[in-house]
Amino acid sequence: MTRIRFQQSLDQLKENLLVMAGLAEQAIQRAIEAYRVRDLSICDLVSRSEIAINRLERDIDQEALDLLAMEQPMAIDLRFILSVIKINADLERVGDAAKSISERVRNMEQMPAVPDLPVDIPRMATLSGEMVRKSLQAFIEADPETARAVLTMDDAVDTMNRAAYKSLTKLMEEQSHIAPQALNALMICRALERVADHATNIAEDVIFWIEGSDVRHHKSVMAQKQAAEARG
Amino acid sequence: MGVGIEVTNLNAWYGTNHTLQDITLNIPANHATALIGPSGCGKSTFVRCLNRMHETNPIARVTGTVRIGDMDIYNDAAPVEIRRRVGMVFQRPNPFPTMSIYDNVAAGLKLNGYRNKRSLDEIVERSLKNSALWDEVKDDLKSKSGASLSGGQQQRLCIARALAVDPEVLLMDEPASALDPVSTSKIEDLIFQLKSQYTIVIVTHNMQQAARVAEKTGFFLNGRMVEFDSTHKIFTNPSDKRTEDYITGRFG
Repeated sequence: MTRIRFQQSLDQLKENLLVMAGLAEQAIQRAIEAYRVRDLSICDLVSRSEIAINRLERDIDQEALDLLAMEQPMAIDLRFILSVIKINADLERVGDAAKSISERVRNMEQMPAVPDLPVDIPRMATLSGEMVRKSLQAFIEADPETARAVLTMDDAVDTMNRAAYKSLTKLMEEQSHIAPQALNALMICRALERVADHATNIAEDVIFWIEGSDVRHHKSVMAQKQAAEARG
Repeated sequence: MGVGIEVTNLNAWYGTNHTLQDITLNIPANHATALIGPSGCGKSTFVRCLNRMHETNPIARVTGTVRIGDMDIYNDAAPVEIRRRVGMVFQRPNPFPTMSIYDNVAAGLKLNGYRNKRSLDEIVERSLKNSALWDEVKDDLKSKSGASLSGGQQQRLCIARALAVDPEVLLMDEPASALDPVSTSKIEDLIFQLKSQYTIVIVTHNMQQAARVAEKTGFFLNGRMVEFDSTHKIFTNPSDKRTEDYITGRFG
């Protein structure tokens, strides 16, 4: 094998992205845990991890940029580096979503508790967290089939988010005194829905890296195709 | 205008060494096609078969068919006629050192019996303009020799010399490998302009160069053509593992 140093640099880039992935996954798990047990000390941990995530995001981007400029990668190596840059951005946003959830938990703690909000946040969190875990597993194992499994999970989270929006806005209309709590729950659902979207993006990037096929926006592309066929 | 090249079951030998094995491909007209592959893979031999230069070596032999436009070059025409229709530019610029810039460009025409001075002047000017050298040499056409130019200018002079006889195909065997980056980028810009008028086949070791200038790329290995596809496909997602291993530097 030639270009040994380049291959070592690619391995190092992958390792650093896995560190980033670990931090982002941990942040979202902690934020969900903070919501579940209403523990503000966990919220502090989430805030602190965001600093490390942001720093690592810049480092990984710089590493990828250096490799693009100096090694002029081709084919699967080029696709890998492009995927790393995009996955890196998605992981940073997962970190942002975790922080957003922890801020909502902090806000909820300053208000009287509402025990029966009509939304199953733990279930939605489990599903979003599972999508993140699976998309990262696909990346680690370079496995497009696992990545494809993630894509099929996104609809369920979207449906839950829409249902949460419907029930929580109805609640706000009917019981305005608990509107702030309902709004916080709504914002948490929205953050979890975004986490699922980022996991979907990561899975799509893994497929691009391994197979070279661009599967982004496949639903809208299919819908456009069908509409065009229907028009004749 | 350029014409397409149709190669069918092309085999070439140097003595007993079977250097090209069963090459079949269609090179599209008015496009640049790059040939890549490790040293000794047969890509230079291949382009030398496209203008019958391979057979100038006494131990060399060729079988198969090469059609350039509607002409079967191994059956329908003499090598001299083929080399007029198929110009070639080599790795190292090779201007005639004692000839003026003007005479370098006009040499091929004069060799073919062209004597009309006014018409020669026009062709020399047009060829030097087409090779993006005119502005740099127009005041020294007859006072300076080809050898007095820089390496990059010499290579563009050789391109002008090739263009002067009005070829349909231009073969380039590593035309920029001996040049600095500025001269290289001038040659690449030139290839980009010329392909609207000529069919260009370029052998290169510089894969970024192939990616920049060519629409189609062929990968050669051990005398065989492993893959021939759009340049975009070859450099982003090649079909054959050997192509991928070569362009990513895993061997070669």
